[in-house]
Amino acid sequence: MSENMNLTLKVWRQKNAEAKGQMVTYSAKNISPDMSFLEMLDVVNEGLIKKYEDPIHFDHDCREGICGSCSLHINGRPHGPKHATTSCQLHMRSFKDGETIVIEPWRAAAFPVIKDLSTNRQAFDRIQQAGGFISVNTGGVPDANEIPIPKVIADEAFNSATCIQCGACVAACKNASAMLFVSAKVSQLALLPQGQPERYRRVQAMVAQMDAEGFGHCTNTGACEAECPKEISISNIARMNRDYFTARLIKDEV
Amino acid sequence: MSKFAQTFSSSLGKKLIMSLTGLFLCTFLIVHLIGNLQLFKDDQGQAFNAYSYFMTHFPPIKVISYLLYASIIVHSVYALVLTRNKNKARPVGYASYDGKANSPWSSRNMGILGTIILVFLVVHMSNFWARYHWGELPTARYEVSLTNPNDVKITPIPFNGQEIAHADYVDAPAGVQVLIAKDLYKIVYESFKQWWYVLLYVIAMSALSFHLIHGFRSAFQTLGWNNSKYVPAIRFLGEWVFGVLIPLGFAAMPLYIYFFK
Ligand code: SF4
Ligand code: FES
Repeated sequence: MSENMNLTLKVWRQKNAEAKGQMVTYSAKNISPDMSFLEMLDVVNEGLIKKYEDPIHFDHDCREGICGSCSLHINGRPHGPKHATTSCQLHMRSFKDGETIVIEPWRAAAFPVIKDLSTNRQAFDRIQQAGGFISVNTGGVPDANEIPIPKVIADEAFNSATCIQCGACVAACKNASAMLFVSAKVSQLALLPQGQPERYRRVQAMVAQMDAEGFGHCTNTGACEAECPKEISISNIARMNRDYFTARLIKDEV
Repeated sequence: MSKFAQTFSSSLGKKLIMSLTGLFLCTFLIVHLIGNLQLFKDDQGQAFNAYSYFMTHFPPIKVISYLLYASIIVHSVYALVLTRNKNKARPVGYASYDGKANSPWSSRNMGILGTIILVFLVVHMSNFWARYHWGELPTARYEVSLTNPNDVKITPIPFNGQEIAHADYVDAPAGVQVLIAKDLYKIVYESFKQWWYVLLYVIAMSALSFHLIHGFRSAFQTLGWNNSKYVPAIRFLGEWVFGVLIPLGFAAMPLYIYFFK
């Protein structure tokens, strides 16, 4: 087991959505390299609480990389330096003793800061509500494999469906664009037979909501794909563009 | 708003416009490069001057050239609009932002690269295009022997305040083919003999190279043309043909004239 480390943290502190925030420096002492990044923040927060100071607010829930709550911009990158890893799954062994770590919230007009590092990401929910579903009558449970779907298609739809709605794609994008998220949600249904009836209406509604929320446009830098903890591919974006332009410029509704 | 207007004011629609105008400008680059290869001919600009006249007077090409000017303007204006949107979408920036960790440099600097190209275009067009159309240009008279095409006699006619009519005819009694044309070649030649002008070209063509390395591939991604079958071909074209070959070809012209003529 390697030795414990001492770190300097520069953390964005902001009292509430309206307040003006600032970077505050803390030291994190005696941190085990086997701790997760959030556990390290827990240790720092315990120290703050003991001093009757306001602990650092950050979002987290599952702490196992599946819920998409954690959302820390660490040393200039969403979810920190490790590829395909959420902030909660990042371990302190990815850092060096004595290092300074800059921690900021996601930055986007559509993700206003609630407090400190925690942001309001309801814009994503509203995009989902605009069309990210299929309308079916619930009834008897259908037999499994009733509708044949090629394995490669099912796999691709599943890959798109692994998006955990964390927002790292928006955070990473220099334009604060939500295209990777929206395209993953459009694709997971557009690829499957069950998604066909609403396919073209869905893509239009979700893109319209995305624009209304004030996300930026996509300039295809690929930063989202590189930083996405679930490795969602930008081929989803191309698929969404195809469907959107088809719906808007080519295809009649009937 | 009509459905059509709505489509083009959406974020995707604006990108569609960037993509289509960009690709149109790319096709123009090919034509422009191939045409201007005539600068390398050792004929005192005869072929180049004849070609310049054709390009400015053949009606279908004139129509395309207006489309071209429009594309340059639309591409630039939409770039500004998109930049403004981008600043609105992230009003508070990061204290630390490690762009190079996740994206190529060119993809993050299209605006700067585009601005360099635009500045270059203004200089380039006011020097050659505007001067060719409205400026004071010398004329050249070429007499090519009908029996021996290598036997060319050139008479420069300096500008004397009056435009000299373009002519291209066969003078059978004299046994020569006569071409009287505005001598754009001379203007190009003189410009390319100035070191700062050559430098401007080389800088602009480097910017063009990086702009296209990202831009060409990006345009197809925006159109939704992304699948494993043809993406390798698009990548190859974008990087080697548009990113390297074409800018290199353009940069070679001033360099060749400066150093070897
Ligand atoms: S696409 Fe990736 S980065 Fe974006 S919200 Fe989904 S999981 Fe997070
Ligand atoms: S806390 Fe659930 S993904 Fe990190």
